[in-house]
Amino acid sequence: MAEHYPALQVVVPLLAAPLCLFVRNGRAAWGLAVLASWSALGISLVLLSQVTSSGVISYALGGWAPPIGIEYRVDVVNAWVLVIVSTIGALVAPYALTSVEREIGARRIPLFYTAYLLCLSGLLGITITGDVFNVFVFLEISSLSAYALIALGQDRRALTSAFRYLVAGSVGATFIVIGIGLLYSMTGSLNMADLAQLLPGVWESRTVKVAYGFLAVGFCLKLALFPLHLWLPNAYTYAPSPVTAFMASTATKVAVYMLLRFFLTVFGAAFSFDVMALDRVLLPLALVAVVSMSLVAIFQVNVKRLLAYSSVAQIGYMILGLSFATVTGLTATLLHLFNHALMKGALFMAMGCVMYRIGSVHIDAMAGLGRRMPATMAAFVAGGLSLVGVPLTVGFVSKWYLILGALERGWWPVAVLVLLASLMALVYIWRVVEVAYFREFTGDERTREAPWTLLWPTWALVVLNLYFGIDAGRTAGIARQAAEVLMTGIGQ
Amino acid sequence: MTLDLLLTHYNYWVVIFLMMVGFYILISRGNLIKKIVGLNVFQTSVFMLYISLGKVTEGTPPILVDGYGDADVVYSNPLPHVLILTAIVVGIATTSVGLALAVRIKEAYGTLEEDEITGIEAGIEPAGEAAG
Repeated sequence: MAEHYPALQVVVPLLAAPLCLFVRNGRAAWGLAVLASWSALGISLVLLSQVTSSGVISYALGGWAPPIGIEYRVDVVNAWVLVIVSTIGALVAPYALTSVEREIGARRIPLFYTAYLLCLSGLLGITITGDVFNVFVFLEISSLSAYALIALGQDRRALTSAFRYLVAGSVGATFIVIGIGLLYSMTGSLNMADLAQLLPGVWESRTVKVAYGFLAVGFCLKLALFPLHLWLPNAYTYAPSPVTAFMASTATKVAVYMLLRFFLTVFGAAFSFDVMALDRVLLPLALVAVVSMSLVAIFQVNVKRLLAYSSVAQIGYMILGLSFATVTGLTATLLHLFNHALMKGALFMAMGCVMYRIGSVHIDAMAGLGRRMPATMAAFVAGGLSLVGVPLTVGFVSKWYLILGALERGWWPVAVLVLLASLMALVYIWRVVEVAYFREFTGDERTREAPWTLLWPTWALVVLNLYFGIDAGRTAGIARQAAEVLMTGIGQ
Repeated sequence: MTLDLLLTHYNYWVVIFLMMVGFYILISRGNLIKKIVGLNVFQTSVFMLYISLGKVTEGTPPILVDGYGDADVVYSNPLPHVLILTAIVVGIATTSVGLALAVRIKEAYGTLEEDEITGIEAGIEPAGEAAG
C-alpha cells in the first residue's frame, strides 16, 4: 500500500469526484469530499516525511518504467507543494458545507463537490507528475473544473469572469502545450528527468529557445504575473467564498511550482539564468506587480477584490524571489508559496463568514462588524497582519528571506520597494479594520457571529499562520532544502 | 530563406497561419461565440503541429503487418498522435464549457456582445468599483 502513495495522492480525489455526482445528496457528497481531501493531506504528509528522510521517490505508473512510461517523481520540492495544496484542500472542504448551502442552489451542491475534487486532484497531479505532457492533462483537469466552480457564484458577473478566465486559461495552456511539443521534437522525450539530461545537448537550437518562450508566457498567464493577471481579480471576486479561498491559496501556487519545475529542473538553472536571462525579464515585472497592484488594492471598495489585487502583488513577491537567482531568493519564493496560502486562505475564509452573515463584502456594509462578529474580524486582522509581514506571523518570515535575498545581491532598492509595498498592505488592511472597528454598526440588529462550522477552518489557518511564524525553523529548513534541489537540478 | 524551405515545410506555415488567425479572432472579436471559434482554430493549429512532428520521411503508418513487423521498416512516430488525441478531448471539453457559459451569460445578460456586457456591468457597479 505504502509504495503506491504517489498514485493514490491523485487517484483518491479523482475517484471520489464522480462518486459525489452519483450520490446526488449534498451532505453525502460533502462527506466524501472531506474524506477524500483529508486522505490526500495524510498521504502528502507521509510523502513529505519520506522524501526528507530517504530521498527522491520514483513511481512508475502502471509498472511502465520511465522514461517511456509515466513517472510520478516526488522530491522535496513537490512534496512541499503537495502539502500546501492538500492542507488548503482539507480545510476548505469542511468549510464549504455551511457556506455552499447558503451561496449555491441545493440542486448544484453535489456538482460543486465533484468539481472541487476534480480541481484538487488536477492540482495535485500537476505537482506530483514527472512527465511534461501529464502536466498539461492535469492542468486542464484543474482549470476546467475551476471555470465551473467560479461560474457557480451568485452574482451574474461570476459567469463573465469565468468566461474570461476560460479564454485566458486556455490560451495559456495551449502555449504550454506548444512548448512541450517543441521540446519533444528536439529530444524525443517527455520525462522531466530525461529531458533534463537531453536538453543541454541542444541548448543552442532556436527551437528550444522558442519552446522556452512559449512556456514562459503560458506559465505567467496561469500564475497571473503582471501584466497577464487581468483574469484574476473578477474571478476571485465573484466566485463562491470557498472557491475563492481554495483557488487563491492553491491554483496560482501550483502555477508558480510549474514554472520553477520547468525552468530550473527541466531546462536547468544555468540555461534559465545565463542563456535566457529569465531573472532579468522577471525582476522588473515582479517589482511592478508588487508596487502597482498593492496601490490598486488600496482603492478597492469590494474587500474580496481588494484581496484579489493583493494576491497579484503577493505573486510578484514569489517571482521576485526567483529573479534573485540565488538559493536564498528561491527559499523566499518557496516559503511564500506556503505562507501566502495560509494567510490568503484565512483572509478569504473570513470574508466567506462575512458573506454568510451579511450577504455582502462591500467595505461600507462591514461598518461596525468588529463588535458583531468578533471572532471573524479577529481572524481577518490576524491574517491581515500576516499579509503586512508583522513579526510572529508567517508573512514576516517570507519578507525576511526576501529582503535577505535582495541584500545578498546588493540590491537595496529592491529591499526598499518590498518594505514600501508592505506599508501599502498595511494601508489597505487598515481601511477594513478602521471600518469594522471604529464605525457604528448600521446593519441588521440580528447579525450574529458566523457559525462555528465556518469559524474553525478559518481559525485553523490563523493558528497555522501564527505557529509557523513563531516556529519558522522547520518550514524554512524544508524550503531551503527544496531551493537547493532546484538550483542544482537533477540532470547532473 | 529559399522557396524550397517554404514548399517542403508548407504544413508548418499552415500551422503558423492558423495559429495567428485563431489568436487574432480571439483578441479582436467581441462576440463570445466568435471568441470560442477563434480559440478552437488556435487549438487546432497545435494539433496540426503535433501531427506534423510525428511524420517521418518515407515512413509507413505505424501498424504491425505480417512480413513487416520484424523487418527494418521505417514508420511514423505514433506518440504525438496519441498525445494530440488527448489534447483534442481537452479542446472539446474547453469548447463545451465555454459554450455552456455563453448560454448562461445570454440568459443572465440578454446579449453575447462583450461591449454590451461590459456596459451592463459598469451600470450595476457602484462608482470606484468599476476599475479593473
